Amino acid sequence: MWDYTDKVMDHFRNPRNVGTIENPDGKATVGSLACGDALTFMFKLGPDGRIAEAKFQTFGCASAVASSSALTELVIGKTVEEAAKITNREIADYLGGLPDQKMHCSVMGREALEAAIHNYRTGEENVVQVNDELVCTCFGVSKSEIERVTRENHLHSADEVTNFCKAGGGCGMCRDRIQEIVDEVNHAEAAAPKVEPKMTVLQRIKLIERTLEEQVRPVLKKDGGDVELIDVDGDTVRIAFRGMCAGCRSAALTRDNLIATALHEFVDPALRVVME
Amino acid sequence: MRTVYLDNNATTRPAPEVVEAMTPFFAERWGNPSSMHAFGGLVARDVTAAREAVAAFLGAERPEEIVFNGCATEGDNHALFGVAAAWGRPGTIITSRVEHPAVLGPCLRLRELGHTVVEIGVDGEGRFDMEAYAQALAAASGPTLVSVMWANNETGVLFPIREIAEMGKAAGATVHTDAVQAAGKVPLDVGSVPVDLLTIAGHKMHAPKGIGVLYIRRGTRIKPYVIGGHQERGRRGGTENVPYIVGMAKACELARRALEDGSEARMARLRDRLQAGLLATCPDSRVNGGGAPRVANTLNISFEFIEGESVLYHLSDRGICASSGSACAAGSLEPSHVIRAMGVPFTAVHGSIRFSLSRYTTDEEIDAVLEHCPQVVAEMRALSPFVKH
Repeated sequence: MWDYTDKVMDHFRNPRNVGTIENPDGKATVGSLACGDALTFMFKLGPDGRIAEAKFQTFGCASAVASSSALTELVIGKTVEEAAKITNREIADYLGGLPDQKMHCSVMGREALEAAIHNYRTGEENVVQVNDELVCTCFGVSKSEIERVTRENHLHSADEVTNFCKAGGGCGMCRDRIQEIVDEVNHAEAAAPKVEPKMTVLQRIKLIERTLEEQVRPVLKKDGGDVELIDVDGDTVRIAFRGMCAGCRSAALTRDNLIATALHEFVDPALRVVME
Repeated sequence: MRTVYLDNNATTRPAPEVVEAMTPFFAERWGNPSSMHAFGGLVARDVTAAREAVAAFLGAERPEEIVFNGCATEGDNHALFGVAAAWGRPGTIITSRVEHPAVLGPCLRLRELGHTVVEIGVDGEGRFDMEAYAQALAAASGPTLVSVMWANNETGVLFPIREIAEMGKAAGATVHTDAVQAAGKVPLDVGSVPVDLLTIAGHKMHAPKGIGVLYIRRGTRIKPYVIGGHQERGRRGGTENVPYIVGMAKACELARRALEDGSEARMARLRDRLQAGLLATCPDSRVNGGGAPRVANTLNISFEFIEGESVLYHLSDRGICASSGSACAAGSLEPSHVIRAMGVPFTAVHGSIRFSLSRYTTDEEIDAVLEHCPQVVAEMRALSPFVKH
């Protein structure tokens, strides 16, 4: 069984706001029977301009039902502008988290919300993406959608993208292309100034130091070697090998297999390790 | 809440007689059958007796044709990789599109290693395409292995394994069958079904998890898979798992008795009552594989416009254990390869539920499903955007 939180199970067993609204202000359906999950979402504004009523119908697994129910609870009482800012993360967080492979359920919620707001603003049934590249033909996922889930959820691999929006989860032919898109997004992210750094610069450097101390040095010291942290510049970590490691022909291998792996796991997968 | 266990194709309850037979081999008779002392040597006799019991269950000519192993996945891997290794050159493997992953996985690997793999399709009822099979046999180049399951784990559909094996042998192929889901449900007789290799698993027939058998007909060219010991005549290294081997033999004895005492007919009656009841109370439902010969214990039914995982969780809340071929329940994004290979309509692929009975299943358990399942289906449909309300 999946490791669902109590809140997911509660919203699955007792879904809130099931049904339809007569003459809704915004309405949309995303997903399909063939894809394995689908959500019809609609809302109606009150006299104060805030969402007074939101309803859903879902075809899908327990976490799809719970995500849809959570979405309706999240939007009620908000203005359309406020609702438009809801991310898939907020839906997942509201439920106390979702299993990795089920994150796409929260993305389906956010997509339905967005499409319903689009419908409210323009009267159009579908969100039409002009000049967008269809990357995953099995699940009909476009490049811009992949870029978006990658950015909003800090994803780094094609597997993670599959968990979040299903792209690449069918025949798998597009997985290389997905990885390219993920790499492009992360490269652009790294170049752009960070708006909300999770850690301060000092905290980050200290964590890198600690990771080297705890994860890397004990291994190197067995062979009489050592490593020194020279500098951290953005995502670039500059190191120098000392002792027996200095000038070792396997230094590059050690950097990639040991140091980069540890830093990616314990600090940030975006880090790049270079040798002095 | 009482547990209604209808997931016997996933695993079965170890029979009390099996547990009883195994118990002394944990606390008292724990010797190594290979030892050169009486304490171990006595245990070797129990292993010999167990081998004879399993041979009798399968209709094998000699006890030496029985190789004990850890599970059916190991047995399938041994059969496929062991035969290909004995070839020493590229050959052809003919299998079906609805095999268990324990066969499909090795086939994928063998293709990477340079062998040709041909997957035979099934029709809408899950029936094996005999015509395509005959063509594949005729077209096969190099040494050939046929690996086709006896009964399907998801639908219970029985393949005409005797005919498949006879055609394979006539074409000079080695023939393997994964009989995991047939064992204990239909008679397995390698005396009249000319397969060279046959896999079964203990935990699908009321022995515990962790024991399996690969039957290897005398004269079959096959290399060992687990290498590094003289045990099982060098065909499967590793100290014999004596308690489980004894348990497996007991389970085979019980299964043989059950096949003779009408348990199968009783199971079929319960299954058919469940099937008729659900079809009558749940509109827009269809039986997958219902038009084909099936083992008596399996019902695979699709409820259209709803998703299987949701149904399972609601059934579980009511104490009912079943399983589903839906994508979500499998932890993947694609629904079951078996259901897709059958061309089940897209409105029904995600809503397939498998109920699998055992000889311990009671009328009360079937009543419980007939009481709760239609409610669950109706509740899920009330939530579905694809049902007109």
